[in-house]
Amino acid sequence: MAFAPSSTTSPRPGTTRGIHLPDTARDLVKILVAGPFGVGKTTLIDSVSEIRPLHTEEPLSEASAQVDDLAGVRDKSTTTVAVDFGRISLPGGVVLYLFGTPGQERFRALWDDIAYGALGALVLVDSRRIDASFDVLGLVEESGLPYAVAFNAFPDAPRHHTEEQLRAALDLEVGTPMVTCDARDAGSSVDALLALVQHLIDRNASEDSR
Amino acid sequence: MTGRPGGRPLVPAYLSTGGVARPSRPQLERLSVLTGTGTSPPTGLPAAQLALLDALDDGSLTVVEAAALLRLPVSAVRVLAGELVDRELVLARAPIPPAGRFDPDLLERVADGLRALKHN
Ligand SMILES: Nc1nc2c(ncn2[C@@H]2O[C@H](COP(=O)(O)OP(=O)(O)OP(=O)(O)O)[C@@H](O)[C@H]2O)c(=O)[nH]1
Ligand SMILES: [Mg+2]
Repeated sequence: MAFAPSSTTSPRPGTTRGIHLPDTARDLVKILVAGPFGVGKTTLIDSVSEIRPLHTEEPLSEASAQVDDLAGVRDKSTTTVAVDFGRISLPGGVVLYLFGTPGQERFRALWDDIAYGALGALVLVDSRRIDASFDVLGLVEESGLPYAVAFNAFPDAPRHHTEEQLRAALDLEVGTPMVTCDARDAGSSVDALLALVQHLIDRNASEDSR
Repeated sequence: MTGRPGGRPLVPAYLSTGGVARPSRPQLERLSVLTGTGTSPPTGLPAAQLALLDALDDGSLTVVEAAALLRLPVSAVRVLAGELVDRELVLARAPIPPAGRFDPDLLERVADGLRALKHN
């Protein structure tokens, strides 16, 4: 809750107050905050959200749920994954939602549903374990979502990598923005989101001029 | 909101849609905005639909917010909301007005808004 005017938006536990949309809400947009387990997705969302981050429990496979329906038998022990999200009301009637999206290949159906209509993705990478982010980068690129990469700054992260080494290790598309951020810090998290949004604006501009 | 003793789900997810697998209209998006019409609900409205209606008493919610509050999967809220829309108890609107979908200013407004946050 870094920025919100707390008098109007702070949620009271156990009630729905504070969660309802402001009357000024007009355009609701979303950005995915994607990355492997423990990379800092919830931390980033929490640091910028005006509501205490909420979450939904999502069944892992829509397909199996439908098969169950047809058979007339429900599998009541369907595995679920928690998807958390936060919200930032911006001046001008725009409400930005951030969805913490797990990046494993087996979450693809869920991924596609969340990604539908999204502006883009901020991919969080832990530079101590870059390869943990390969799956999520694959999902983002396959879904065609524009993205930026944010290295989450953990204290024991190696500092000897150059930007080129990191880009090469992640096999990033040319022009993909890469920033470092501290997900615990609201200003730093907003900067990472801004790097993504600026990238989206630049992409649109270069498409228009073609 | 009422219900949710001990933080348990109001309705088991597999019962909450009454076995209806498909929403009765084009699928609602996660960020579709649900607003109660203020019409009083008929008697005998299923409990899960009442719970959703109740959550909208204090104002509008997106589908995903309603799902989080009611502790139901998004897919179940899509169905419930669709039924309430059919009964004209709830209005649903798309996240972005149709005309604004390709508004080139939208991204600029997001960027401006984020920058403004930093200077608060
Ligand atoms: N030093 C440092 N620690 C961080 C940062 N971001 C997250 N952490 C810590 O890393 C741990 C994991 O962060 P989470 O935000 O829970 O990670 P997550 O991506 O939501 O993890 P899952 O939900 O399990 O996938 C927490 O203890 C955070 O406090 C950061 O930028 N710097
Ligand atoms: Mg998390």
